[in-house]
Formats: sequence, structure tokens, C-alpha cells
Amino acid sequence: MKMSFTLDGKSIPFKEGDTIMDAALNAGEYIPHLCHEPGFTPHGSCRLCLVSLDGRNISACTQPAVDGSVVESNTESINTIRRELVAMLFAEGVHICPVCEKSGSCKLQAVAYHVGLLTPRYTQFNPPGRLDASHPDMIIDFNRCILCELCVRASRDTDGKRVFSLSGRGIETSLVINSENGKLGDSLFEVTDKAAAICPVGAILPKHKGYELPIGERRYDISAIDDADLKSNRKSDE
Amino acid sequence: MHSATNMPRSDTENVIPFVDSLVLSTNKRADHLLQLLVEIQQQYSYVPGKAILRLANQLGLPASEIRGVIAFYSFLYPVPQGDYQIHFSDNIIDRMSGSEALIQNLRKRLGVSLAEPRADGRVTVSTTSCIGMADHAPAALVNGYPLTKLDPQRIDRIAELVDNSVPVTEWPSNLFHVSSNVHRCDLLLSDSFESGSALSQLFETGAQKLLEELTISGLRGRGGAGFQTAQKWKMCRDTDASERYVICNADEGEPGSFKDRFLLETNADALIEGITLCGLITGAQKGLIYLRSEYRYLKQHLEESLTRRRTEGLLGKSILAHDGADFDIEIHLGAGAYICGEESALIESLEGKRGIPRNRPPYPISEGYLGKPSVVNNVATFFVASWIATRGGDWFATRGTTESIGTKLFSISGDCQHPGIYEFPFGLTIRELLDACGATETRAVQVTGPAGNLVLEDSFDRRLCYEDLPAGGSFMIFNKSRSLLDVVQYFSDFFAHESCGFCTPCRVGTSLIRDLVNKAHHGNATRQDYEQLDIIAEVMNSSSRCGLGHTASRPIMQAMQQAPDLFTHQGEKR
Repeated sequence: MKMSFTLDGKSIPFKEGDTIMDAALNAGEYIPHLCHEPGFTPHGSCRLCLVSLDGRNISACTQPAVDGSVVESNTESINTIRRELVAMLFAEGVHICPVCEKSGSCKLQAVAYHVGLLTPRYTQFNPPGRLDASHPDMIIDFNRCILCELCVRASRDTDGKRVFSLSGRGIETSLVINSENGKLGDSLFEVTDKAAAICPVGAILPKHKGYELPIGERRYDISAIDDADLKSNRKSDE
Repeated sequence: MHSATNMPRSDTENVIPFVDSLVLSTNKRADHLLQLLVEIQQQYSYVPGKAILRLANQLGLPASEIRGVIAFYSFLYPVPQGDYQIHFSDNIIDRMSGSEALIQNLRKRLGVSLAEPRADGRVTVSTTSCIGMADHAPAALVNGYPLTKLDPQRIDRIAELVDNSVPVTEWPSNLFHVSSNVHRCDLLLSDSFESGSALSQLFETGAQKLLEELTISGLRGRGGAGFQTAQKWKMCRDTDASERYVICNADEGEPGSFKDRFLLETNADALIEGITLCGLITGAQKGLIYLRSEYRYLKQHLEESLTRRRTEGLLGKSILAHDGADFDIEIHLGAGAYICGEESALIESLEGKRGIPRNRPPYPISEGYLGKPSVVNNVATFFVASWIATRGGDWFATRGTTESIGTKLFSISGDCQHPGIYEFPFGLTIRELLDACGATETRAVQVTGPAGNLVLEDSFDRRLCYEDLPAGGSFMIFNKSRSLLDVVQYFSDFFAHESCGFCTPCRVGTSLIRDLVNKAHHGNATRQDYEQLDIIAEVMNSSSRCGLGHTASRPIMQAMQQAPDLFTHQGEKR
């Protein structure tokens, strides 16, 4: 028997074990997200994929799809919440889009455009600068980290190294590196790791090159995040 | 804690063999990490770097993850603390009783900055969230032992004892005096519980009959969510699994609540019997008591009760000589994190990790501790269950209302003549409770702690029951001399400090609220700030991952709704 639910009125088929996010992306429907990546263990920390499932707010990336259920995603109230969530991430970190190497291919920036966030909304937290440039090939700017744990999961589950983890509590939560002195250069991290390519923002960046692709020709300059991410999702399926 | 001196060691020469012996005693189980860290912390006043690397090596864990766990819990430190670690309870009730001036006093007397060890390493003075002594406020902990009813004379005495290096075990016992403070007894507290009576009843009438009695009693979880206890136990029993666990949530972190501390101290037998009962009914073989770090001083008393019950045949193999009735209980310590009162965060903590709530479903009832079906209940729930097993469901149902059957223990603190424990049937009004404890000139009460409800004078006829105002343990009273803004500021600081930090809305939202409330407190908040508070509250309520985020905006939102006059910009009229 075929199972399906409706997403904003459209029928979305799914198979046993699919989350709402899996099913939506497979059907070519975009639900905004930052901490989710197809193929990774669902996480549910950024909360951007908030949807209403039969009237209850849940995160689409962690919620198993339910046959015959009604899911709403593209509503005014949910989009407002998403916009505020992105604004919170911008206030918490130090996001220097105009000079950031990731500008144009950054998911945080692209999703901000998608949800209509064009100006800051909250007082900036301005945490003290923290940079790790100890690695020969990569650099980490901790103030651009949005704590999505994609690098944590990639290093643990794909690279088999457990280079990254989160430390602390509350607003003091931060990304930390597994090495004796806590520096990236002293860890098992390599530029070829999955974890080196997974960062959705400009927190983990390559050294020795910059702006190779001019701004204006980058991923989300060419098409907005919904189209761009759905397209790459289709490619990875083929 | 050292039995000889109750003082931590400062030299870390033998840290490696110490860690090795600990690791060996837990069979190298990485899920015991938190328990190992707590022991190392007690031995050395902190977790030395050498110990972290050794643990990483022995348990096969990344050192960064161990450091991450240490940084998550308030009572674990990566740098040396004083030989005397003094933690002042920093609940709003302590502040109202003058704790801030006392902290200043003591720091001045000892010449020590807040939360930094004195240069000679003798002492650290810091603050911590409510230690469950709101009826003995202002209170503090010294090396884990509660110092109660502090006043300037006691502070002088404490400073002398520290200066003269008197071991904590030799401090005058009156400094540590904890009274029961029971001011009203009903069904549960009028009689003393006869050890073994509930278990005998179980073997006499059978598990099914006992579950029926629990159903008749209408017992709902006393931790806050109010889930039907009988149903929870049945669901756990009926889940197909090879192992099951019973977990007693003794992480009473709700500011102003101390009923669980009272029960652990004075009614351990009924509590342990309730856990055992649940184990035998659900088919679990193991029970765990997750005891909050602030109640560490009760661990020995609980261990002694467990040991005695084993010799009496009430715990362990073949309980009351019934073949196959095997169940035992272990105590795990917390390390200072309010969020671990949330059942799935508590389970993460029991597994030695940072206390981050899990995605639900699955619920603990099907996948809990170590992935096995687990019942998680509050201390008071197990305590009441024992009584119901002994006296029957109808006995309990003689009290209360239709949906809130039976009686309830309240922890009453703040502006009243007789703070302490009150057992009342559900359904009484706030006014009745205020009269009972001798509160006068009351401006407001906070029911069920910061995550509960603020109730102002015009609503004192509201009733404490699930039909009207759901009541957890905590009941804090504020009279007309108190500033509600002080209260709201305290609660907002509390949530910002206790958010686990996993999800965006709670991690960032609690800090934004804290800062905006601070602005309002100083009379500098603008209309735009108040609009922002509305939005942040809405975002947190609808998108946070767990209950903490859903409730963290309540203190400010309820105060703004009920007392709008307090929230005006000094330079403008709203």
C-alpha cells in the first residue's frame, strides 16, 4: 500500500522509515534547513525545518512521516519563526558576509534571503574572536560556527575520526577539537575529509586560496537555495 | 569525599593509579564517565588534565568529548578549586533572605574573588542554582554539605573555621542543621511507612491487582508532566525487551522545590520500596536513582538504606524469598545541570554524556536507558505508589478532585511565617495555602517554579489542581515589599544559565530575553524591546526542542500580561 501525506496541500509519497524532510526533498519540495544533510543522522538543532504536523509543531528532519497526515510548512506564521531563528543565529555569531570567503555559497546567508531576512534584528552578542589557524590546509573561525554539528557527524560517521565535538552548555556551547592541545593542526583532520567539505557556513575554510570563484558566480548567486539544493539532491540520487 | 578530612587533595602525583582503579571498578564502561568524573572531582577539587587523558585512553573516548562533558556540568571544574568549596545557593528566596550581602561579607573576610580560588588554594566562594533549601534560606554548600539559615554570625564562624583549616567534619553540627519543617500532614505523612508492606501486598495480590489499585488511585507523575503512573508502568511492562530499567528522578532542580530532598532524607524506605515495586511489576531487574549533586550528602544515608533492605530480603536476589523476584538499585550522581530533570536528558546523563534532551519519539518507555524500555518517575511518585500499594487506591481517592486525585506535598518558601513541607489534598486555593503558612501582605506567588505560573493577588482564589493551576512541588511567596522585576530578572538569568544550548531558539532566545529583561529592569526598555520580547517568546514556544525552551519565556510574558504598569520606558508613556 502506498503511503503519503500532504505538504501544503500537495500529496507527498513516502516509504517506511522516511522522515518528513526525506520525503519532501525526494518529492522535490524544499523545507528550509541548516543542520540537515541527506544521508546524515537526523539532528534537529537549528529548528529551521519547523513544520506543523496535524497542528503540532515539530522538526521535519527528525519526525517520521505519518500516512494520511497534514503537514504545513509554507505558512506566514512558520515563515516568521524561521526568519527570527536565522536572525538569532546572525546575532549570536560574527557573520561578516561582505568579506567572507563563503559568501554566495553559504547556506546561512542563502537561507536568510529565502526567509526574507535582509537586516539584523537583534543586538549582536559580539563574542570575543577565536580562530584556529594551526592546520596546514584548513582554518576554523569559531565565531562563524552555527553549531549544526555536521562536521561532528561527518568526522565521526564518515571519516571515522571523531575530530570534532561540542563542549559546554547554553550560550557557552562551542565546537572543540579532539587533540591533546585542542588545536586542529594537532588532530587527525585532513583536507580530504568529508568533515572538511561539509560546513554550511564559513567556519571551516580552506587555506592557500581565496575568492577563486568570483562573487556573483557562486552557488546561490546562480540560483536561490531552494532550487540549488533540490537540484543537487536530485543529482546525488542519480 | 575523604572520610578522614573531607578535604580534597591538592597533589595530583597519584592521579593515574587513582583513575585506573576507578575505571577498573566500573569495568571500563564509557557510560560511567560522569560518575568517574564526579569521583575524580571529589578527590582533587577538579578534574586534572592528566586524568582526562588517562580516561580518554582507558575508555576509548576522545579527550575533547570528556572536556565537553566537564564544561557542561556546573559542579565539574577543569582547574583547581579551593580546599573548601563554598557554593551559595542563589535562588530568589536566598536573595530575599539576604544572601548577596552575606556572600560579600564572606568574600571580604576571606579575601577571595567570586568563583576564583584564593591564591593559597584554601577556599573558593561561588554561587549555584537553588540547592533545595529554600525553607532554610539563605543556604550554601561546603564540600557538598549544606550550611543552613546563614546570618552574619554564622558567616563569621565559617570564615574562622576556614582560616584555621578546621576539616569540615569537625565544624559545629548546628551549622548543618536541617529540620523537617513539616507543617501539615494528611494521608501520606500522618503515619510512618512499614518497610516491606507494599512488597508483601504485591506478592499476596499480584501485579495486575496492584496496577488496578494504582489506576483507581488516579496517581499521576509528581515530576510535573502528570502522566498516569499505572499506564506508564503497564506500557513499560508490555514493551518487548530483554532488559528494562526503573529510574528515579531525584534531580530536584526546580528553584524553590525541596519536597524530594525531604522525602529522600526522612522517607527513604517508602521511596526505595516504590522503586522496587515498579521493578517487580514491570519486569525490570535494575533501578537507578539519579541523585542531584546538591543532595550528594544524602548518598550515604541512601546507600545504608539500600544495604539494610538487602539484608532484610527487600532488595536484591529473591525478594521476600520469591524465586526470580530479583531487583537491585544503584545510585548515580548528577553534577549540576537543571536540564537533567528532563527525563531524556537525565538518561543521557546517566549514560555519562552531556545532558542534552533526546529527540522524541522514541520515548523512554520504549527506548530509554541504554536503549531499553525505562520508567522514569519522580521521587514523590514512587513514595506515593508504595502507600497506595499498602492502603489501596480507594484510600487515596478519598481526597482531591475528579482529575487530581489524592494529596500532594508542597514545598513552601519565601515571605511566610512557616516555610516548609505541607501535605494538602489537591484542589485547595492559593489563599488557603497562604493562610496555612502564615503569609500576609502577599503580592504574588510563583507556583511550580520559574517554569510554572506567576499568580498575583487578584487570582488567589484559583485552585491548585490539574483542572485549574497544575502544581509541582515549588510554591514561592513574595510579599508587597518585593519587586516583581527582581523576581523576573532572576528567573530569566536562571533559564539563560540552564539552557542546554542544543537548539537555536532556546540557546539564543534565553540570552536575548535575559538581556532585554535586564534593560526593562533598569527602566530603559523601549516599545520595540517589548515587541521583540513578544516575538522571541513566540519563537521559543513554538520551535524549541524541549520543555525548557517552551517555558523559559513564561516569567517575563506572564509579568508583562499581569502587571503591565511595571514595564514602561522611563522616558515614555506606553
